Amino acid sequence: MNGFGGFAVRRAAGAVVTLLALSVIIYVVFYVTPGDVAQITCGPRCSPAQVQQVSAQLHLDDPLYARYWHFLQGIVAGQDYSTGTSVQHCSAPCLGLSYQSDQQVLTLILAKLPVTASLALGSMVLWLIIGVGTGVLSVWRRGRLTERLLTTVTLAGMSTPVFVIGLVLMIVVCGQLELLPFPQYVPFTDDPEQWAWNLLLPWLSLALVESATYARITRAAMLETLTEDHVRTFRAYGVGERAVIGRHALRGALAPLIAVNANNIGVLFGGAVLTETLFGLPGVGREMVEAVKVVDLPVVVGMVLVTGFFVVLANAVADVLYALADRRVVLT
Amino acid sequence: MSEAVLAVETPGADAPGVSGARQFWRRLRTRRAALVAASAVALLVLVALTAPLLTALEGQDPTTYHPSLVDSARGGVPVGPLGGISADHWLGVEPQTGRDLFARLVYGARVSLGVALAATVVQLVLGVAVGLAAGLGNRWIDQLLTRVADIFVAMPLMIVALALLAVVPTSFPRPVLVALVVGLVSGWATLAKLVRAQTLTLKEADHVAAARLSGWGTVRIARRELLPGLAAPVITFAAILVPTNISVEAALSFLGVGVRPPTPSWGQMLTSANVWYQAAPQYLLLPAGALFVTVLALTVLGDGVRTALDPRAASRLRVGTGRKGGRS
Amino acid sequence: MSDTVKDTAGSLVEVDGLTVDFGGLRAVDGLGFRLERGAALALVGESGSGKSTVASALLGLHRGTGAEVGGTIEVAGLDVGRASEDALRRLRGGTAAMVFQDPLSSLDPYYAVGDQIAEVYRVHTRASRRAARARAVEVLDRVGIPDAVRRSRSRPHEFSGGMRQRALIAMALACEPELLIADEPTTALDVTVQAQILDLLHTLREETGMGLLLVTHDVGVAAESVDEVLVMRHGRQVEHGSVTEVLGAPREPYTRELLGAVPRVDAPRAGRAEPGAETGAGSDAGSGAGCDAGSASGSDGPGEPVLEAVGLHRVFGRGKKAFAAVDGVSITVRRGETLGVVGESGSGKTTLGRMLVGLLEPTAGEVRHDGHARVGVDPSVQMVFQDPVSSLNPRRSVGESIADPLRARGERDETRIRARVRELLERVGLEAAHHDRYPHEFSGGQRQRVGIARALAADPRVIVCDEPVSALDVTTQAQVVALLAELQRELGLALVFIAHDLAVVRQVSDRVAVMRRGRIVEQGPADQVYDHPQDPYTGQLLAAVPALDPAVAARRRSARREPATI
Repeated sequence: MNGFGGFAVRRAAGAVVTLLALSVIIYVVFYVTPGDVAQITCGPRCSPAQVQQVSAQLHLDDPLYARYWHFLQGIVAGQDYSTGTSVQHCSAPCLGLSYQSDQQVLTLILAKLPVTASLALGSMVLWLIIGVGTGVLSVWRRGRLTERLLTTVTLAGMSTPVFVIGLVLMIVVCGQLELLPFPQYVPFTDDPEQWAWNLLLPWLSLALVESATYARITRAAMLETLTEDHVRTFRAYGVGERAVIGRHALRGALAPLIAVNANNIGVLFGGAVLTETLFGLPGVGREMVEAVKVVDLPVVVGMVLVTGFFVVLANAVADVLYALADRRVVLT
Repeated sequence: MSEAVLAVETPGADAPGVSGARQFWRRLRTRRAALVAASAVALLVLVALTAPLLTALEGQDPTTYHPSLVDSARGGVPVGPLGGISADHWLGVEPQTGRDLFARLVYGARVSLGVALAATVVQLVLGVAVGLAAGLGNRWIDQLLTRVADIFVAMPLMIVALALLAVVPTSFPRPVLVALVVGLVSGWATLAKLVRAQTLTLKEADHVAAARLSGWGTVRIARRELLPGLAAPVITFAAILVPTNISVEAALSFLGVGVRPPTPSWGQMLTSANVWYQAAPQYLLLPAGALFVTVLALTVLGDGVRTALDPRAASRLRVGTGRKGGRS
Repeated sequence: MSDTVKDTAGSLVEVDGLTVDFGGLRAVDGLGFRLERGAALALVGESGSGKSTVASALLGLHRGTGAEVGGTIEVAGLDVGRASEDALRRLRGGTAAMVFQDPLSSLDPYYAVGDQIAEVYRVHTRASRRAARARAVEVLDRVGIPDAVRRSRSRPHEFSGGMRQRALIAMALACEPELLIADEPTTALDVTVQAQILDLLHTLREETGMGLLLVTHDVGVAAESVDEVLVMRHGRQVEHGSVTEVLGAPREPYTRELLGAVPRVDAPRAGRAEPGAETGAGSDAGSGAGCDAGSASGSDGPGEPVLEAVGLHRVFGRGKKAFAAVDGVSITVRRGETLGVVGESGSGKTTLGRMLVGLLEPTAGEVRHDGHARVGVDPSVQMVFQDPVSSLNPRRSVGESIADPLRARGERDETRIRARVRELLERVGLEAAHHDRYPHEFSGGQRQRVGIARALAADPRVIVCDEPVSALDVTTQAQVVALLAELQRELGLALVFIAHDLAVVRQVSDRVAVMRRGRIVEQGPADQVYDHPQDPYTGQLLAAVPALDPAVAARRRSARREPATI
């Protein structure tokens, strides 16, 4: 398609601007909010002198702009960090060091990413099948009992937080029926079968909750399309209901589905916080919760940025897919 | 006049002289599901408002520990059958602490609804203000605000809320903080984009042009011609926001960064519920059920509000095959 | 089930005692007609007459929608009312194919045009994909789409309006139907494109011998295309006969009213003062020259310019996408006269109108009131809008809307405001009691009257009317046009009448400006422009207007065929 390169460049530039703005907002908010980071990092039993030392070491006394500049430098050129006794080099896209463990934030996040990605992608497959299937079925059987039933179930699904469904599933399936073990993450590279077996429940919990949204979107978009004039044309030309729904109506639902799915996946890559916490999966989300509890600011900021990156990336991919799916859309 | 006949045939023409608000209530009343949901919501609000009264009736309060009611030898399991249900403790007591479950549940409703409503107000004010400014302002203001809104739409809500809640000192009143964070981080940007789009559409409407030709100034035109047209989409969106906010609050409290103990919250109660589900199943089922019913009722009510505000869309969605009326 | 085709020798369509009810509302009431093989019949009527409902009923499209259909319909021997689903599907698109009004929304935006035609073809023939695609290209070529192989891979939005309608007709042709049902096939198209499509339909009929059922509100379109006309009103038949009979010598009063209301492009404006002669007093109806307080009483010399546009330009978009909607337009509107502005869609006429009233700032050039440059809106120049729905705030009573200019001027006395609004309502032919009603309680024509009353409330000297009657039925249209003329005479108003309909413009205008692609190609006294067009484009436009006389229509058609100008 013509002008695709231009689109990619514009889109990348837009993404960079978005991420920069995001980082500024996060930085300003986090570093301006009251709260004694040095005290928290050092621990409750630290003496004022020790707190002072920590504060200096973490550059907490520098002015805000200096620290932000420092942070940007780290991302672009890398940074050397003194950890009291030794100096650690953190190379190019450097998001800083964890206050707690002195580990590089990016390394920390990347180490947890496979878990989160396994969870997100696996449940995506499930929620697309369940959600879109439910939506199509309820349109196919519209005006009948099946539709009312499906709409009710969908509504219930939308009203249930993932940690409630997950909790109930875990108690029933693992606790009472003992069909599955309580989930424990096994890397795919170690044992694919155990990987899937252990992730089954988290996948299902997340997918059940998400699929309600997809069912609703699918149904609404398809019903909307069914009222359009071109559907009337095909009916007036003897095209059967199956083709009208499967070919023409479903096609109309594609665009909103792509958009929502992209955003969802982007956010999930930044950590399926609730699901990971509930099932004790060592993913990005749980790392985030841990970092938050101890106010490990570099980790928190890095996490937000990485998530923002995934969201922006996913949305850009969605835009391309969207434009390919609907040529009326001009890429700008 | 031969045109008069046509006026009668125009679909969607309502009885003469009925104002928008009254039509809205009339349509809402005819939907049974919405009515049931509205009753449930009303009951929940009542419970939340009269929480002190209800607990006084039971003779308990949500914060007092009852160490004698839990078996510390068995890790804090409630004493007695069914998780410690008794005449004094209608729904039993919390494991480990022995706090009254009924009182905590009822007070939890206060937190849930209160935080969700407050967050919704924040989202509405911010969303409408930014959306209007973008829609009415010049190209630069519009682009700037739209870009900002885009950033907030893309912002991973859970992660940012977690981060924000982590850094603010605990001395800050927690429920207020949770409401603020939820309100500032989520929802408003989507609403702002909606309001902006609607404003731009309305701005192009001929009746706005006519008002300009009459000689009215911008402020008056915005107030008389634009704002009333925004009411329906904004109310519809608010109706979706409230149940979402309840879920978010529960999730944050579940993660332990939302409302802090001893303030009771449904999400927080679920944090440790999976440990106790065998000894005191109601400790899991009650908050989960309350959460489910509340969100469901609000969602159904929101659906009802939406269809009542846009009956054409509703009838289209209901019938599905509804064809646009032919030209003749 | 009597699915079998009984007698191939019988009529193509036989409708008897047809009734269609939509939830208690009777849309079609006891209609009966026959259409012989190869013949052409037009159902003519205004909105609400039930004509489109009849068209849908022929294909059994009401089945399953909750509408109640009574009477019998037979299409090519098939009893549509009792046919099985399968037989009905074979009928639809196979035996009888339908062409719809809006060619853009009638095709699926997501698929290539050729694929859509192939899909329909495969439903009826079980042909292979490849064969179906080949057939699609063949019929696209047949309806005059150039480079059909390549174009068949384009999506509908990549086609122009006329091309889309051709594509729809191609889809109809795919299975070689015996009957073509065309529901307002040219209503969404510009007049020159309309002529091409009507010519195409005519040629196809000549070549394939299929029957045509044309549904239209436009008597001229019917005169161009069919042998027989059936005039409908309120779901009933008013008059039925050959096109020459019905249009030439109508028997029924309603048909006469309908025909009388149709503006003629070839007849000069009736009963109007010559430009340059004394304005104010009209020749009919003894209305005095009651000039409104708004106009200066001393200087009522004719021909004095009140509104001028000097070298107006308006560019939309920037950079590569910049597009000049109006590209150097200068016009003068004189006191008491009507300036007509005609043009097809995209000619920039609406943009010009918006700049004249000050709703839109010109990129270059200026608008002058009484010779003085003026920026922004001014109550003395008002506008009547096209869309009777969006031009009134649905949440305010019409009285409130009309009172706007009064209040904006600083009038605070509620009784005086009310009295003036009532006076205005009555002036435009509504009732004073309508004051507190809301727009949705009015019909399109009534709403347009409200819009006129609101414009009058500002005591304007000029009213710019942007397609004021294009959304209205022809009889309503005539009433509104008459009202405007009457007001102009009484109040000494200057009017700018913007429209795409050449006949309406001729009916109302003293002088006419013809626009094309942002420029004025020709302007001058109406009769001169219409009777002796100087610019070839004006000639093209005039030649494309459907004639009410079938004989003239046939002559024009052959004339159009010879020079392949368009």
